[in-house]
Amino acid sequence: MPLRAKVASSVSRTAAALSRAAGRGDGSVIGGWIGLKIDPELLAHLAAGRAIALVSGTNGKTTTTRLATAAVGVLGKVATNSFGANMPTGHTSALAKAGSTPYAVLEVDEHYLAQVLDATDAHVVALLNLSRDQLDRAREVAMMAQLWRAALIRHPELRVIANADDPMVVWAATPPTNHDQRLTPPQVTWFSAGQRWHDDSWVCPECGSTIARQNDQWWCTGCPLRRPQPQWSVEDDGVIDPTGAWHKVQLQLPGTVNLGNAATALAVAAEFGVRPVDAVLKLSSVTSIAGRYAQVERDGRLIRLLLAKNPASWLEAFDMADEAPTLLSINARDPDGLDTSWLFDVDFSPLRGRQVLITGDRAFDLAVRLDVNGVPFQHVRTFTEAIQSVPPGRLEVIANYTAFQDIRAELDRVL
Amino acid sequence: MFSDSLRIVWVYPDLLSTYGDRGNALILASRAQRRGYPVEVLEVRSDQPLPATADIYLVGGGEDGPQALGAQRLIADGGLHRAAAQGAVVFGVCAGYQLLGSSFFAKGTQYAGLELLDLSSDRGPTRAIGELAGNIDSRLGLPPLSGFENHGGRTRLGPEVSPLAQLTAGIGNDTRTEGAWRGKLLGTYSHGPALARNPALADLLLRWAVGVNQLPPLDDTWSNRLRAERHAAVAAARP
Repeated sequence: MPLRAKVASSVSRTAAALSRAAGRGDGSVIGGWIGLKIDPELLAHLAAGRAIALVSGTNGKTTTTRLATAAVGVLGKVATNSFGANMPTGHTSALAKAGSTPYAVLEVDEHYLAQVLDATDAHVVALLNLSRDQLDRAREVAMMAQLWRAALIRHPELRVIANADDPMVVWAATPPTNHDQRLTPPQVTWFSAGQRWHDDSWVCPECGSTIARQNDQWWCTGCPLRRPQPQWSVEDDGVIDPTGAWHKVQLQLPGTVNLGNAATALAVAAEFGVRPVDAVLKLSSVTSIAGRYAQVERDGRLIRLLLAKNPASWLEAFDMADEAPTLLSINARDPDGLDTSWLFDVDFSPLRGRQVLITGDRAFDLAVRLDVNGVPFQHVRTFTEAIQSVPPGRLEVIANYTAFQDIRAELDRVL
Repeated sequence: MFSDSLRIVWVYPDLLSTYGDRGNALILASRAQRRGYPVEVLEVRSDQPLPATADIYLVGGGEDGPQALGAQRLIADGGLHRAAAQGAVVFGVCAGYQLLGSSFFAKGTQYAGLELLDLSSDRGPTRAIGELAGNIDSRLGLPPLSGFENHGGRTRLGPEVSPLAQLTAGIGNDTRTEGAWRGKLLGTYSHGPALARNPALADLLLRWAVGVNQLPPLDDTWSNRLRAERHAAVAAARP
């Protein structure tokens, strides 16, 4: 590593440690930021010589990254940005503090995938899904798929692991028919993790025709784009690998969504040469992810935290939550997106029959939505009031990003 | 004017549905049902013919590509024109509002609109994102508009339409006015579930469709709290 990069890396680690010591967060952003200021090429220097997998998509990337890190961990220590700091500053920080370990699994914000692919020359990329998220500033879904597509074709050595159930992802992972014939498109391994959310993929990104669906299958009614046959898929409480062998998956995380994430993690590990039969044992070591799925006991209430940040992930949260009293909390601060319109894209009817409490900066938006949805609810002003309003036993908490962080802070930084 | 049930058509949800557009159909249906009107909501996809005999048509928001495609298919289909000519209510939101006019811009190209409203849309210098508020045309007898806008267009109104509202916050058509209406056709940049924040506007569309001057009041506690909170937030943000 050049001297400048060594200095940058060392200062980056120190800054991160100082930030943690000062209680200003976990330091994974500030450390990388300072390091990149000293050496703009630091991420590339830190990535050189390592086998790196990137995990990107709108939903499930933090969880899938944790699961894949555990699975690749069969080989030894794995560098990862486990705090969800998923932009280049976070990647720089993660690699700087990782020392010389040859393996890394990094979560990448979907907007930064092209940049991070170029900087790290990653070995593997897992593409999970693309759906609407943070509507007031995120790029249009189709435009994001186009950016991914353009980035992938520049990396012929890359191994792509992509979700066969999401037409936008399949299109992004498929090379354009008019691509430069001197370029060899990357090889794709398909997994099936399901797609609960269809509303961003009714129109074919290739030709504009309608996408038809039946059971698990989908196909474009106007061009050859259709669901590829997946090599990895979920069946019952396990995962089927490309040889057809079924592996029971015992997760500490709820929901069938996480079984899909486990299948993806096993596919990533396989690219590192880890056999699924070995990797699968590691998956059960993953419990809570930056507070997500964490369970905390408070005054006899067993509280579980679920993060839901966009329509697709709300549907997944309802799938994960038990039939128990449920607190919903909604904010619309900068990190959440300022727009609450998406509340009407979520069908809250699975919550009928449960005791529903609502809170957060934008509880009234949620109130109007639940009213129209025929879901009775009670508005509470604080988390403490919520706890006092439910009987002892399970309390499910589903919140969007900053609302989740607020509740986590009240529970003393649950990990 | 409606027969056995109030028929609400959600136009092209496969193309024109971003930002919670479904909400407007849900809100209209819920408010009609609570008054005892039987309701039928039809989701008509862009590869299906648009029925011309429904009572209310909702045309929602969309990204550039789907907006252009939606306009082309609506012009070719002709159903919305026939419905409007027969006195149906048409409510356009955002991209759906723009395409009711004579022309709009998508992906840098000018496209022909449906020419149901005398207006045309252009690209603006900046994207308009944020809270929207204004005083609605007094002839409509509604309380102030509250909404959230997210669009790159600017809209010029012709003499045959009236602005829906005079703005007190936001960018709307041109920083002064917002939306447009003529007869029973009404459009707004207040995107997505515009009717969630404006139940009186929802009732106006229902009254037009049903042909009555008044509807029994509903309990709008939560909508009213939401409106009060949003109007206060807009007032607090004002310099």
